Amino acid sequence: MNSDVIVVGAGVAGMETAGRLAEAGLKVILLEKNEVTGGHVTNWYHLFPDRRPGSEVLQYLESLKVNGNLDLLKGINLEDARKDKNGFILRSSDGDIFYSKAVVVATGFDLFKSERKEEYGYGIYDNVITSADLERKFREGDLRTTGGKLPERIGMVHCVGSRDEKSGNLYCSKLCCVTAVKQAIEIKEHLPESRVFCFYMDIRMAGAMYEELYMEAQEKYGISFIRGKVSEAGESIDNSLIIKVEDTLAGRPLKMELDMLVLMAGMEISRGSQSIGSMLGLETGENRFFRVRDYHIGSNLSNIDGVFYAGSCTAPMNITDTISHARAAVTEVIGYLKQ
Amino acid sequence: MKQEGKKKIWADYQKEIADDHFFYVRSCIRQSFFPGSEQFFLHMMRNILGKDVFENPSHTTCTGIGYHSDIVPSQTIMTVVARHFALMKEAGYKNIAISCVTSFGIYTEILETWKHIPEELEKTREYLFKATGREFDIPENMAHTSDIIYKFRDEIAARAKNRLVNKKTGEPLKIVEHIGCHYAKMFPKSGVGGAEFPRVLSGMAETWGGQVIDYPERRHCCGFGFRQYLVQANRGYSVSNTAKKFASMQPYEPDVVITNCPGCNMFMDRWQYTIKEMEGTTYGINGESIPVLTYEELAGLVLGYNPWDLGLQYHMVQSEPLLDKLGIEYDSSDKFKTGDGRQMPVPKNLINA
Repeated sequence: MNSDVIVVGAGVAGMETAGRLAEAGLKVILLEKNEVTGGHVTNWYHLFPDRRPGSEVLQYLESLKVNGNLDLLKGINLEDARKDKNGFILRSSDGDIFYSKAVVVATGFDLFKSERKEEYGYGIYDNVITSADLERKFREGDLRTTGGKLPERIGMVHCVGSRDEKSGNLYCSKLCCVTAVKQAIEIKEHLPESRVFCFYMDIRMAGAMYEELYMEAQEKYGISFIRGKVSEAGESIDNSLIIKVEDTLAGRPLKMELDMLVLMAGMEISRGSQSIGSMLGLETGENRFFRVRDYHIGSNLSNIDGVFYAGSCTAPMNITDTISHARAAVTEVIGYLKQ
Repeated sequence: MKQEGKKKIWADYQKEIADDHFFYVRSCIRQSFFPGSEQFFLHMMRNILGKDVFENPSHTTCTGIGYHSDIVPSQTIMTVVARHFALMKEAGYKNIAISCVTSFGIYTEILETWKHIPEELEKTREYLFKATGREFDIPENMAHTSDIIYKFRDEIAARAKNRLVNKKTGEPLKIVEHIGCHYAKMFPKSGVGGAEFPRVLSGMAETWGGQVIDYPERRHCCGFGFRQYLVQANRGYSVSNTAKKFASMQPYEPDVVITNCPGCNMFMDRWQYTIKEMEGTTYGINGESIPVLTYEELAGLVLGYNPWDLGLQYHMVQSEPLLDKLGIEYDSSDKFKTGDGRQMPVPKNLINA
């Protein structure tokens, strides 16, 4: 198949990029390894800061696909990608070959595997879940513990796999704090009698209306914010969780009993990104995300002419920034193809 | 609690453990407080499993307790450990088997230090040569003796005379395992199963028929913590840590505690006596205390050895309730007799007796 541009990854960044490039009249192939498009948003119940349903953003992205210039191919596993004098050649594991003049890498992020923070016992203790698991519970409308009880005391652990040298991730994933605040509010709305505790290192609310959401969480919903990292979780004989944490502001250790512990999993470069990165020879930074050519004026440019980046394959990003980054990628691709 | 999750972690923390030809280094306090453990290890390895284990009587303390008390400087302890490696080299061995968890932590820390700071290794070679004229090689394989028993746990199970099952009820014995801080907490990759959900002792206990208890304070310190005990003014802190741990395991009604580390065994055993004397609290069922055994002693019971030959009577908490559950026959009057039948003085205030 021939095209002007191949976009790899049909999450938010990929769909936005591909849809906009097609609208501009370019012939676009959008390749997705899964059978569904939309990436991580498909798993999210509500988005921050305004708590609109994730499905609304998906509807918008779906509308971009309706364009004669755009071929969306799902279930595509790329085995090879390279550049020659005529452009780019990508080959799938099924033997399909795709040609283009430019490639946009929009392969996004993977959620940090919370099992790696062994001290929290994710995958072992029944009621230790991740932020993504909690979104699923919201979607299913069932917040009960595995024992069938409505949780009365819930803890939220910020920075799971972020700003954590032991995990090899020194960077901030940017979205976990606001996700914790949003989810804490939603828990209180579902279970007004519950107590919710957020355990944080620093609260990083760098986004439009994030700080306001944080204030609302404290003032309107009475959510407790405790500055300190949870050092370990254990399970007691009645299946409740026992956590140990240091309250660094009060200067004392705490031991608390909880019904549920929610781990705010950070973001890491996706395995898909690593795969295409090694095929094309793309450079990565110390944080293992793709290294952009210029952090100020070239954040869509890779080290290879004709390969562009869109979205969170370059750094943790929220949806707003991802869509902006994707639109910037469109501008860069059009400029490149005009040369 | 999901066992599958633990299995995934265990898969990430498997270490290579040599199969034979070990240079054995003893522990200072294990020989003193529960001497049957090391003796049985050597007997089992040589006479039951048919392995070659060599020890040199001129090997010394590793000085670990002094090191952790800020009395012995790091250059000194590195040179002492290097001397042990020199004895091993002179005897023609390449696999070291370490009896003590504190020593195991020391050896691991020193090897890591030498790996990251090679000039320290060179300095140590120089110090050792100047002091003793000896030279050493870094071991090809280093294992704690519990690693070795873990490796051969199936062979032991195949020869078992007693399974870790309550003979009256048919239920598996409820076992608390405690690996000790210096086995894997400093270097999780050095321990079988890592630091958070260690497998070394739980693997033995389950293979031999027991059921391992995971209780909230499982990872908590035994109470020793070096300065908690070594600084006399801190000993209340030491006891309170042990009390916290036992109070957390008590609702599960454990039948026995097995330990990896000599300090852990001593404090989880002796402080039960102290707490009982101080406030009358006991943590076992029916007002009993919970026997605290080493993994070698447990292996010895599984293999059908006489509990008094294994030295179980040298613990403060006596093991009769456990032996009764296992259906092991014993003669209490033999507890404090020498091998040739002479009666030794009988200690006072033993508990569970």
